[in-house]
Amino acid sequence: MQITVTINGVERAADVEPRLLLVHLIREAFGLTGTHIGCDSTNCGACTVLLDGVPVKSCTMFGVQADGRAVTTVEGLMQNGQLHPIQAAFKEEHGLQCGFCTPGMMLTGAALLEHNESPSDDEVRWAISGNICRCTGYMNIVKAVQTAARAMASEKTPAAAPAAS
Amino acid sequence: MLPARFEYHRPGSLDEATALLDRFGDEGKVLAGGMSFIPLMKLRFAAPGHLVDINRISDLSGIEESEGWLRVKSVTRHNEIAGSDLVKSRYPAMATAAPLIADPIVRNMGTIGGSLAHADPAGDWGSVMLALGGEVVAHSSSGDRVILVDDLFDSTFTTTLRANEIISEVRVPVPPARSGGTYLKLERKVGDFATVGVAVQLALDDGHIGSAGIGLTAVGSRNIKAADAEASLRGAEPSDEAFAEAARLAGRAAEPTSDLRGSAEYKRNVVEVFVRRGLSRALEIARAS
Repeated sequence: MQITVTINGVERAADVEPRLLLVHLIREAFGLTGTHIGCDSTNCGACTVLLDGVPVKSCTMFGVQADGRAVTTVEGLMQNGQLHPIQAAFKEEHGLQCGFCTPGMMLTGAALLEHNESPSDDEVRWAISGNICRCTGYMNIVKAVQTAARAMASEKTPAAAPAAS
Repeated sequence: MLPARFEYHRPGSLDEATALLDRFGDEGKVLAGGMSFIPLMKLRFAAPGHLVDINRISDLSGIEESEGWLRVKSVTRHNEIAGSDLVKSRYPAMATAAPLIADPIVRNMGTIGGSLAHADPAGDWGSVMLALGGEVVAHSSSGDRVILVDDLFDSTFTTTLRANEIISEVRVPVPPARSGGTYLKLERKVGDFATVGVAVQLALDDGHIGSAGIGLTAVGSRNIKAADAEASLRGAEPSDEAFAEAARLAGRAAEPTSDLRGSAEYKRNVVEVFVRRGLSRALEIARAS
C-alpha cells in the first residue's frame, strides 16, 4: 500500500505491507533508528513517537495508520542545529544512563510541556508513567523535564513582551 | 513481532465501514484504538483477513448530553473522556476510571467502544457501564440495535455483537440530581491490568437509596454486575450496615481465580473492601451534589 507520512517536517512516501508496524516503518523504511523497540508489547514506551503532536506507542500501530499524518521522532526535536530544551535539560540533569528509554521519555516530556508550562513532580511522573526507565530511578528525568519547562518559559518571556505592549 | 497478513481498509463513513463488514463476514474485523487488538494480532491470537480502520470516521468521536443520555461516540479516546468537563461534572465513576486505564500514552489511542467490544473481563469500562446502566448502539447496514452493556458481554473476549455490527455510541442515562459514583482499582503498577476493580453508582431519593449500581472488574470470565448487592441497597437507609451487607453480597457475586496477581480469597476480600469504600465515597458525592 502506498502511503505518505510527514516525518519530522519532511513528507516521505513508502510502499508498505499493511501489517508493517509504525516503528518498523520509521526505523527501516525511513532509516530513523532513534525510535527504539523495547518490549514490543505496549508496556515500555521506548518506541514512543508523536502522531500529530500526541504521544503514541509506535509498536502498537500500523504504518498505514500514519498515512497523511505528521510523525515526530527524537531526530525531529533538534531545530536549526539547536538542541530542543528537553534534550539540553536531559544532558544537563543527567536524565539518562543507558539512553534506551530516552527518545521516548523526551518526546513524552516535550508533549507534556506543550500543554503544561510548569508541571509539578507528580504531573511529570503521571505523564511519563507509560515510559519505563530501568537505570535512573526517574529522579533526574523528572528534574530534566522541569528544567526544560523553565528554559522554555524564559525563552518565551522576552518574545512575549513586545506583543503585550 | 509482525501480525499475519491482512488487507487494510480505511472507510471515511460509518456506512462505508458497515458495507465492508457485510462483504467480509467473519474475515472482517474492526480496528479502533488497537491497544488490545494489535497486541493480539502480533501474538497471532487474532488473524483477520480484513481490517476495517474506523479511526478516521469523524462522526464516531465526541461526548455530549442529549435527550436524557450522556452519549460518548465509540472512537472517543480514554484521555478525551478523562479530560471532559461534562464527564467530570456529572459522571464521577467515569471520570475516576478513565485516568486509571492503562497508561497515559495508551489512553491517547485506546477508545471506549473498542474497550467494550474487546470484552476483557479485566477491562475497566465494562464495570463502570454496568454500574451506570450503560448501553451501546450497535450499527449495521440493517440499522441500529441498542444493547444493554450487561447483555453485551457473553464471556471472555466474546460479545453478543454480530460480525457486521460496529459500536457507534456508548451511552449512560443522565443521573438524577443527588447521585454519586466512583471507581476503585487495585493494580500492581501503573499500566497493569486490575487485580480487582469496583465501579459504584448511587442515587439518593428523599434520604433513602433510590438506586445503586455495582460492577466488578477482573474477578470472573466477564465484568460482573453485582445484582443482589444492588437490590439490597434499593430503598435502604445509607448506613455502614447496609454498605457492609452490599459488600458481602458483591463478594459472593465475584468469581475470582488465583493467579500471579493474588489468590482468589484475597481478591474476594478486596471486592468487599472496595464496595464498602466505593459506596461511602459515592454517598459523600451524592450528598454534596
